[in-house]
Amino acid sequence: MSKGVAITGMGIISAIGNNVSENYASLIEGKKGISKISKIDTIHKDAIMVGEIDFTNAALEKQLGLSADNNYSRTALLGVVAAKQAIENAGITDINKYKTGLISSTSVGGMDMTEQYYYEYFDDATHRKYIESHHAGDSTQKIAKQLGLEQSLVTTISTACSSAANAIMLGARLIKSGELDRVVVGGKDCLSKFTINGFKTLMILSDTYNTPFDENRKGLNLGEAAAFLVLESDKMVKAENKKVLAYVKGYGNANDAFHQTASSENGDGATLAMEQALKVAGLKPTDIDYINAHGTATGNNDLSEGRAIQRVFGSDVPDFSSTKAYTGHTLAAAGAIEAVYAVLALQNNVIYPNLNFKTQMKEFDITPQTTLKEKELQTVLSNSLGFGGNCSTVIFSKEQ
Amino acid sequence: MKKVYVNSVGSISAQKTFDNTQFLEEIIAHTETVLAVVNPNYKDYIPPAAARRMAKGIKMGVVASKLALEEAGLENVDAIITGTGMGCVRDSEKFVSAIINNDEQYLTPTSFIQSTHNTVGGQIALGIKCKGYNFTYVHSSNSFESSLLDAKLMLNCNEATNILIGGVDEIGEHTTKLHRLVNHVKTTPIGSSELLNSNTEGAIFSEGANFFVLANHKNESSYAEVVGVKMYNSLTSTVSDLAQQFLEENDLSVNDIDAVVLGNNGDITFDTYYNELSEGIFSATQQVYYKHLCGEFNTASSFGFWLASKVLKYQHLPKVAKLNEVNPNSFKTVLLYNQYRGENHSFTLLCKC
Repeated sequence: MSKGVAITGMGIISAIGNNVSENYASLIEGKKGISKISKIDTIHKDAIMVGEIDFTNAALEKQLGLSADNNYSRTALLGVVAAKQAIENAGITDINKYKTGLISSTSVGGMDMTEQYYYEYFDDATHRKYIESHHAGDSTQKIAKQLGLEQSLVTTISTACSSAANAIMLGARLIKSGELDRVVVGGKDCLSKFTINGFKTLMILSDTYNTPFDENRKGLNLGEAAAFLVLESDKMVKAENKKVLAYVKGYGNANDAFHQTASSENGDGATLAMEQALKVAGLKPTDIDYINAHGTATGNNDLSEGRAIQRVFGSDVPDFSSTKAYTGHTLAAAGAIEAVYAVLALQNNVIYPNLNFKTQMKEFDITPQTTLKEKELQTVLSNSLGFGGNCSTVIFSKEQ
Repeated sequence: MKKVYVNSVGSISAQKTFDNTQFLEEIIAHTETVLAVVNPNYKDYIPPAAARRMAKGIKMGVVASKLALEEAGLENVDAIITGTGMGCVRDSEKFVSAIINNDEQYLTPTSFIQSTHNTVGGQIALGIKCKGYNFTYVHSSNSFESSLLDAKLMLNCNEATNILIGGVDEIGEHTTKLHRLVNHVKTTPIGSSELLNSNTEGAIFSEGANFFVLANHKNESSYAEVVGVKMYNSLTSTVSDLAQQFLEENDLSVNDIDAVVLGNNGDITFDTYYNELSEGIFSATQQVYYKHLCGEFNTASSFGFWLASKVLKYQHLPKVAKLNEVNPNSFKTVLLYNQYRGENHSFTLLCKC
């Protein structure tokens, strides 16, 4: 049994940077990655804004040295880029040397290829190689292959927008129970017509820059991204003399059991998830220095999450902000993207601004941090709330 | 560490398995290449108005979980953990084709919402108002085993008392057509009793839902103890070596196994993994197969888990599932092995309790 769960490596690719340092620079400079969509030909292109990654699939394939007959979906390509960075950052050279696992997550999976060749498959055999990459587990299998991970525990979680937080949670439990010595955890999702149109029908896409926790918020911007973290046991940290970036201190998952897509107005699920995470961490609400909120900028999420934060923290709500204004909502990847941001916050003792905030919400009096703030941080709490009432919280700490 | 038990089952499959008082007494001998499930009367479990809106996967999952909860005498559980390869794939198909056919216009959200992979787990939670832990695993043929491992970890550590787990997948017409293009589905129909002698590529596709209440206490209805589960994304050693290694990790050897439940699906290219075990280290062991009964789908191994649980509880192996005739005096320890197209292998170990 391992008491601590150490984070020893991170990798990320998002609309605000192609690696950890580029992402951090954008966060500090207040540089948004939100723009008009360029890589997907959608009739909604003038009505929405997205967080898009600059590289084309061809550029990513070249970067990864894949042969022309590869069948990687964009989700897989982004995932491999981020996971490879994480492994390198953790200084892992022989991945099969210890009991190592990979817990990934996605909601889109290979949908970008499914929707592109849906009918074409019947007439044109050249694209049929992608049929096997439609299912959600395929992108994870490809990451494992690219990392050289063999005969190991590899699985995929899909719980909508809380997916990657849940991957981190399972990874931490596998380390604590001794099932694994180290585990690569995270998530990846690419943009697709499927999600653009899906969220469009739910009428929660903003036609301009998203404004988390603002009274006049108009909805979310979708984003694409991938991020992975390497978690290791105390034994591994000691044996390999590893540099620890931060610790996964607590985690909780609960279900709102309220509605298929909407969150309950009082944020029951989010409240339970935060309380559970504090309990696992052995911390009091007053021990939390910063909340990286889910804050998607939809009417429903920000109200429900804000109320849940008030229920857990009472009159003593710590500094909080959402980074969705930078990256857009990256769906299944969001929990991992924001885990990387939480670790960077701890390392650099900074709280990121909640960009685009102008008007205080009427329903409560808590206000997000709107400017970059330097402050000694010991603990960061990160929320991820998803469809199906799926609510997750992960707490990261500087010290074990 | 607390021991983990299978305390109840609920199954909807291509056989009539939703009645827990029966155990494969009447067999449907299928002859198609895609098998539909034998439906229970969903209206007995779900209000008709709600049932009409529900995707097939949700209906199957909700009813299979109700059967399992009923048998366990529970109205609620501490956690719900679901495995599904493709989720409600018909709704995904509906939404994609609507996007293409109508050039992204006139779309409604229902099929998008139901296409989300965790929709079955979410709906079960909504139905019984379960605010506990709710995870969904979507890793091909290891989706169900991931749920099993997660639940086992939680129960071992006493973080929960009762957990509902299950595997569910539905047939999608378009998806099946695509799989036909790449020969994942058999081209010629074959009788289920002849499946393993087909000498052809591909499998017989199907759908189903198998749910279970797992608990860290035994009761009168308990079926089996879950001793171990392990997954492998790929193999570097032989499957025989890996099986022996898995047994050793659980302080067992080949001779301790009273039955080995194999996931053969009649695909000549990939049944070699199963054949290596049945012709090798387990040649003198009672061999069991089931995909000729329930068909192949990403969570078909949850039917194997259902079958093994029943065998251990009732100490009876239906003839239709026998691959050879060893006929041990009793069934104490059962090993399950599954893989799909050479990837995502798993071993599960169940014992009589």
